[in-house]
Amino acid sequence: MRIGIPRALFYYQYFPFWKTLFEVLRFEVVLSPPTNKEILEQGTKLCVDDACLPIKVYHGHIAVLKDKVDMIFVPRVISIEPRKYICPKFLGLPDMIRNSIPDISRVLDTELNLYKGKYNMLNHVLNLGKILKINRSRILLAYYKAIKAQMKFEDLLIKKLATPQELFDKKQNFILESQLLKKHTNNIKVLLLGHNYNIYDDYISMGLIRKLRKNKIDLITTEMVEKKYITIGSKQLSKDMFWTLGEKTLGTAFYYLENSKVDGVIHVASFGCGPDSLVGEILEKKTKKQYKVPILYLNLDEHAGESGFNTRIEAFLDVLEGRKYLEDNLSAHG
Amino acid sequence: MKITFPHMGNIYIPLKTIFESLGCEVILPPPCSKKTLELGVAYSPEFACLPLKINIGNFIEALEKGADTIVMAGGVGPCRFGYYGEVQKEILKDLGFNFEMIILEPPQGNFIDLLNKIRLITNRNNNGVKDLIKAIRIGWKKALLLDEIEKQLFKYRPRERCKGQTEKVYNSLVKEILNAKCEKELALLETQIHDVFSNISVIKNLTPVKVGIVGEIYTVLEPFVNLNIEKQLGELGVEVYRNIYITDWVRENLLPSFIRSQDHNIMLKLAEPYINCFVGGHGQESVAQIINFSKMGFDGVIHLLPFTCMPEIVAKSAIPRINQEHHIPVMTIVLDEHSAETGFRTRLEAFVDMLCHNREVKNNAVLSGN
Ligand code: SF4
Ligand code: SF4
Repeated sequence: MRIGIPRALFYYQYFPFWKTLFEVLRFEVVLSPPTNKEILEQGTKLCVDDACLPIKVYHGHIAVLKDKVDMIFVPRVISIEPRKYICPKFLGLPDMIRNSIPDISRVLDTELNLYKGKYNMLNHVLNLGKILKINRSRILLAYYKAIKAQMKFEDLLIKKLATPQELFDKKQNFILESQLLKKHTNNIKVLLLGHNYNIYDDYISMGLIRKLRKNKIDLITTEMVEKKYITIGSKQLSKDMFWTLGEKTLGTAFYYLENSKVDGVIHVASFGCGPDSLVGEILEKKTKKQYKVPILYLNLDEHAGESGFNTRIEAFLDVLEGRKYLEDNLSAHG
Repeated sequence: MKITFPHMGNIYIPLKTIFESLGCEVILPPPCSKKTLELGVAYSPEFACLPLKINIGNFIEALEKGADTIVMAGGVGPCRFGYYGEVQKEILKDLGFNFEMIILEPPQGNFIDLLNKIRLITNRNNNGVKDLIKAIRIGWKKALLLDEIEKQLFKYRPRERCKGQTEKVYNSLVKEILNAKCEKELALLETQIHDVFSNISVIKNLTPVKVGIVGEIYTVLEPFVNLNIEKQLGELGVEVYRNIYITDWVRENLLPSFIRSQDHNIMLKLAEPYINCFVGGHGQESVAQIINFSKMGFDGVIHLLPFTCMPEIVAKSAIPRINQEHHIPVMTIVLDEHSAETGFRTRLEAFVDMLCHNREVKNNAVLSGN
């Protein structure tokens, strides 16, 4: 039985977990190809037009997968940590897919809801097991292995300061740790903030990470930061942020800015993103007032032109380089 | 303490009544206007949803009039509304205003707790718990009456002989409700509502086209934001219905852990084939209501949402399918700071024309069927 997983949205967060889980249960996992022009076009055509770019792209991935598999995994991701949500659109994602792609094959839309506690991950898996008619001990074994793979994944992101793609080979298996090369950098440290499904999708982020790596920028994303630091950073908020991705963004930003650990910040948001319209404002206000670090705001939508995008990134990196140069020389003389 | 709060339709009336009867001074923001919108747009994040921007405009105008305390509802997500207050506070502080902001965060800080605190700090020694309860009862009664006269307004407006008469009647009733001081007065008013409206001279035997209004609650309830859509439709001879009133908002946002009515849950069931889960805001309600209106034989539905409104975008994804399966025309109107300029009236007229045409076709079919 082939199970399709769209290479979009929470693929970037949970793929090792789901892949391991389904493979241990002897399903064939079929991953859609990396986002490309056709996927984006299909997605834009099918999806309700007011949605944001990553949601449209998700629709596109479903479209290219749907006839190649027996069922598609579209979990209803309500919450991935206690007392926080992702976004109303994630809550309604399986519905949006069914509404907009009515001829879809079987949809596996098991709820993932850790709002009341992390242990609910097990419930998610047990429910999957029930629907797929798999006995409990096999499910528990798969769950155990999946958790291990997921933990390894999350640890490596932090330990190796790597992006998810850098950890996998073409077949989406972990590459050997010894092969994860240490990157040569020019000592300019940039905090790259934004939702994982945007910044790690090479096509919709117009190769942003590739470009930064090429410029030998020392890159930090929220996935590379230990939770405890994010928590410290987010203490600066006057009210608990109830969006996981928003809290990660702001917590990471404030922690690094407070400890003067970065030279520049890039904030990537989808055009029309609800949570980020407020998260971006909070980030901007506080940075302007308290920290003298340059920030670049990038908005992604299906019409964004790559050349303008590149120009802005280059100009920004120039600024950072100039500042670094001044700083180094001043301190050398001081 | 000079209290203010954002506008949303008639909600200022019960709120003003309650705060004033506890001895607070209330400084109402001027009614939402172009200026409110301009202020809001100038100082809010560009991609924030429209309600946040209009709130900002309200707050600035009220602070300029001398208010020093803002009361605002909070929330725990998943939608943006729950974080509005935090962001608005920062924006206003940066503009140099001096004020205090009270954000009602559920479940610890609800409206009644706030009132109780106010009762204790206002130095009127005759403010007992009894007075508090009385204030709330009067406020609630006012809200109920306001909803009732609005329903009457929708019913009579398309039928009136003399253009504008219903609205006049309605406005004078609003004034009376606003000024009413005690429950007795309100009870008397209640008995009169029916008579006052039935005195309006109407065109007999008219069966106007019936349109339901659904969507994001703020845009549905604040006429400035929805470009007075109910009035405009009324003028086009349409009888308008809606399912969300200020009492609903008050129940959901200001009262402690209110248990939703049975009806509400039954109605939500209608949404299940299309949206099988709470998606924040009123996304699920919108879908359920469209189907409900269709079952009640309405001619069409108008779905309102602010630009980038997340729950309603999810709801919107269901509309093509509902349209097919329930055969009801639905027009979605996305509202933002530019909507006034974009041929709104023309779109409404075209939609109403289509509904009238549909109805003729249906009637003819029935006639020839006989
Ligand atoms: S969080 Fe933002 S980008 Fe992500 S789905 Fe929601 S609106 Fe879109
Ligand atoms: S329901 Fe819509 S308008 Fe209200 S906060 Fe959410 S996105 Fe904004």
